[in-house]
Amino acid sequence: MLVFLTRRLFGGLLVLFVTATLVFFAVFALGNHVDVMVSPDADQTERAAAIARLGLDRPILEQYASFLWNAVRGDLGNSFVYGKPATTVILERLPVTLELAVVAMAIALAIGIPLGLIAGLKPASFSGKTIMSGSILGFSLPNFWIGLMLISIFAVQLKWLPSGGRGPTVDVFGIPLSILSLEGLKYLILPAFTLALYKTSLIIRICETGTRNVNRQDYIRTAGARGVPPVRIVTVHLLKNVIIPVITVMGLEFGAMIAFAVAVETVFSYPGMGKLLIDSINRIDRPVIVAYLMVTCLIFVTVNLIVDGLYAVLDPRVRLSASKA
Amino acid sequence: MRMTGISTVLQATAFAVLASLPAPGWAADLKIGFSAPATTLDPQFHNASQNIAVSRNMFDTLVQMDPDSHIVPALAESWRLVDDTTWEFKLRPAKFSDGSPVTAEDVVWSLDRPATIPNSPSSFTIYTRPIVEKKIIDEHTIQLKTAAPYPLLLADLTNVFIVSKKATEGLTSDKFVTGQGVLGSGPYKFKSYTPDDRVIMTANENYWGDKPAWETVEIRFLPNDSSRLSALLSGEVDAIENIPTPDLEAVKNNKNLVVGEKMSHRLIFLFLDSGRNETPGVSAADGSPLKANPFKDVRVRKAVNLAIDREAIASRLMQGLAFPTNNIVTETMQGYVPGIKPAYDPEQAKKLLAEAGYDKGFRLVLASPNNRLINDAKVAQAVAQMLTRVGIRTSVDAVPFAVINTRGNKGEFSSVMMGWGAQTAEASSPIRAMIACTNKEKGWGPVNWGNYCNPDLDAVTAKALNTMDDAARAKLLQDASQIVHDDVAIVPLYFQANTWAAKPGITITPRMDERTSALMFAPGK
Repeated sequence: MLVFLTRRLFGGLLVLFVTATLVFFAVFALGNHVDVMVSPDADQTERAAAIARLGLDRPILEQYASFLWNAVRGDLGNSFVYGKPATTVILERLPVTLELAVVAMAIALAIGIPLGLIAGLKPASFSGKTIMSGSILGFSLPNFWIGLMLISIFAVQLKWLPSGGRGPTVDVFGIPLSILSLEGLKYLILPAFTLALYKTSLIIRICETGTRNVNRQDYIRTAGARGVPPVRIVTVHLLKNVIIPVITVMGLEFGAMIAFAVAVETVFSYPGMGKLLIDSINRIDRPVIVAYLMVTCLIFVTVNLIVDGLYAVLDPRVRLSASKA
Repeated sequence: MRMTGISTVLQATAFAVLASLPAPGWAADLKIGFSAPATTLDPQFHNASQNIAVSRNMFDTLVQMDPDSHIVPALAESWRLVDDTTWEFKLRPAKFSDGSPVTAEDVVWSLDRPATIPNSPSSFTIYTRPIVEKKIIDEHTIQLKTAAPYPLLLADLTNVFIVSKKATEGLTSDKFVTGQGVLGSGPYKFKSYTPDDRVIMTANENYWGDKPAWETVEIRFLPNDSSRLSALLSGEVDAIENIPTPDLEAVKNNKNLVVGEKMSHRLIFLFLDSGRNETPGVSAADGSPLKANPFKDVRVRKAVNLAIDREAIASRLMQGLAFPTNNIVTETMQGYVPGIKPAYDPEQAKKLLAEAGYDKGFRLVLASPNNRLINDAKVAQAVAQMLTRVGIRTSVDAVPFAVINTRGNKGEFSSVMMGWGAQTAEASSPIRAMIACTNKEKGWGPVNWGNYCNPDLDAVTAKALNTMDDAARAKLLQDASQIVHDDVAIVPLYFQANTWAAKPGITITPRMDERTSALMFAPGK
């Protein structure tokens, strides 16, 4: 068990190291941010001072070495634009994106599970077919396009909901949350719905397959034969088994949601991590770009480690093969 | 039928809500959509136009630019030259938004402070460095001394915001995010700030000027073009800057919107590499390498200048958002030469090319940004076609602005389309930055991608910058502009337009510089 986890841990660290290297050199090639950030009025002295201050006049290998050394100690550099640690800048946006992702996930579950159940229970019916073909749309329509459509319908035409930005916030233990007020929620609906659409389709698909499989099982039939009311069969016996894969997949998808809310946040001017990434790319704020990718990578590596660890606990075969190695 | 029922109820509710609101409170709020987020609220931390645009609402400068980029009084009521290097400013009796008076001491503090701010991404010291001595005469009088005669001091001071010494002493820039230190004497005062999202301000009752037009002003940062426009269309904001070009016609035809347009100080032009013997983006008509750099010959540069139909670009491609020119600054600025008009003569261009020995023409790669200027890549395509028509077979290399900057500084281009805004409102700004001979010690020619170098031009420009007499300096700058034109040091194309849109009932006072602020908008009568 310990050997297995240690091996996975080293694997994770290796992934982080390779990512750090790739990201560093890719971002280095992106362009010279000094030209973008320094005022057009700036003279040579001012430019040279900015370059020296940011350490950009040193050889690239030296910059890389100090980047790695600092990264090991948890320091990914100061944002060129904000003048404070890049990780701080990103972590400040994390609750904002987290809030969006949680609401989106809630919407996806609230819509996806019932629809998936219906489609799975009555696959041949009109509603079942409509749901399944509808879910294809959810997969194939691009996020930003849906966002723009929702804005033009609900914000521009109907004027029911705001077209973007973040609503008023309430501080909870020092973290500003907009989820707690009605006005704040209004700002969350459209972006969360846009972000939720793909996941909803995914849940519908998983639920539908699960329902059709479980519905064929003997214990469901037995329950029916014993006269258990259909509502109870579905909500208790069936749902319990259908929902397990949904939770597993969504757990993994949640990480992806946080990391890749980029398009939605940009379209809705939602000031989360994703928009920060786009803004930082436009301004070539190198430390923030690098830190963002590193934080994202860390999230995925951690989630995978946890999942692997859980499997090792649950599935004896994993433990066996690991201890043999 | 049911829908009608619901909307009647909604309307009735809305009407009831509306009726219950005090009328002035309803009309007196303004929400503006900005196209770039401010990166800080410290008005002296990061010299970037979007930060200055936000600071403008809450802070004053000693002097400021009016909408036509003329320098007018602000915190300084008047000023005079004591001698060629000493300026005296009289402060008006103004107060910061907390009620404390603005004194000469605050001004000195504000001029000293930029040099003391650590890690500034782009420092304001370029405006404060020329000042070598600051002397307080009395509480409302201050003298500033420069090392040499320096006529651009006023233009520089339009960028240096005056902060309260009491409120900012010992305060680091990152503290400003909470509003600490954000205390100015401008028309609005700070209320709240969410980074990359919005700034909320309220009217400053202590403001020295006319009563601010709005009770509350909210600046929303909406960098995505379609988001910004939909925010305006949905009523989420009342006004926006930078109407997205593809939507411009629809916006102009929309009866529910008003549009403000004005010629910008931003000149769009072409660099031609006239300095190097071999230039990377040029080859002979058959594709073989050329022995010499054709742009070293002034006749070739003249041919390029004559081959471009600026009127066609302005009317067809830019929908009126371009003002064709062959000058380097606008009519309102020092250094404009009325006699220089754009000429379009492809026949003459062909003749000049033949004279220069290029009767078969040559091939050229024209670089251009594709995300920086209005329609940039399209305009570059049009220019390329026009050049091809006179025999210079031109292909376009359009890349993002960040990339073009890096490559331009490495000298990778023979010709490239760029834009330059004359912040100082006179011709030495573009000349010093991109036309003067590159000289690191003087700080001249930092972005001279055409490698142009003409000592005569540098001499005239330097003389202008040492001349304190306005009329004499204007004449010298005109001489400089004339040299730029006669020698085709760069190829000016047009001045871009700045655009704003708002809800009806709001009057827009458009500006020549690209700095949007709440002061530009007023409730209509």
